Amino acid sequence: MSEVLEVGISAELAAKIREHGIETYPYECCGALLGKELGTTDGAESEAIGAGSSREIRSLHPLVNRRDDSPRNRFSVTAEDVREAEKAARAQGLEVIGWYHSHPDHPARPSDYDRDHAWPWYSYIIVSVHTGVPQDMTSWRLKDDRTGFLEEKILPMKVSVAR
Amino acid sequence: MSVKVMIPTPLRVYAGKRASAEFSAATVGEALSGLTSQFAELRKHLYTEDGKLRAFVNVYLNDEDIRYLSQEGTPTKDGDTISIIPSIAGGVCENAV
Repeated sequence: MSEVLEVGISAELAAKIREHGIETYPYECCGALLGKELGTTDGAESEAIGAGSSREIRSLHPLVNRRDDSPRNRFSVTAEDVREAEKAARAQGLEVIGWYHSHPDHPARPSDYDRDHAWPWYSYIIVSVHTGVPQDMTSWRLKDDRTGFLEEKILPMKVSVAR
Repeated sequence: MSVKVMIPTPLRVYAGKRASAEFSAATVGEALSGLTSQFAELRKHLYTEDGKLRAFVNVYLNDEDIRYLSQEGTPTKDGDTISIIPSIAGGVCENAV
């Protein structure tokens, strides 16, 4: 894994994640982050403010939370949904670089449950939605040894490259 | 018998950045065992500490979920492709990490 843990996202796409969290409140929302891995470039390819962004989110693929037993505090998307998200990414010349979900009435920090169901490399964006109002948005990557997450910096991008 | 295992993007970093690897295997379990023997760092992201496939890790033989076949004992034949697809899950717990 790159040591530079940064993910670029436009204000427009960040707002869409928050809106999705508002729509599904008090249940969790979830979706795929479609984008490009940029490695540790000098930022020449990047629309992000500042150099060194390791990846950029260019598009979102909202998904349906399949958990109907406890949708307030769990989200689940099936392998078929994942395949569909990967297909949507390929159609746009992108790849699935991570996932987003909301934490209704809880902080935007990953839970033990999140850790048990994560893979490294993916960016996991969490938005806290408190009494229906979006609060903090954070992004995380699972450590190689699965003992916890490392927070990655969310870099605001000037423009959304693809919609 | 040669079976191709497709390595998902997030795990390629533990497999020399390869997108796939081929193994001689008579069952899906043998192919996955070949994969995790050759690339030991992959193992903990596919299996729990007690050696069971993680609940969110789905394995397909060609396009069939092995849960509906004979799980890891599902026989393979020459030219088969195994795919590893995660189900994405998460959510709030009392204990943040």
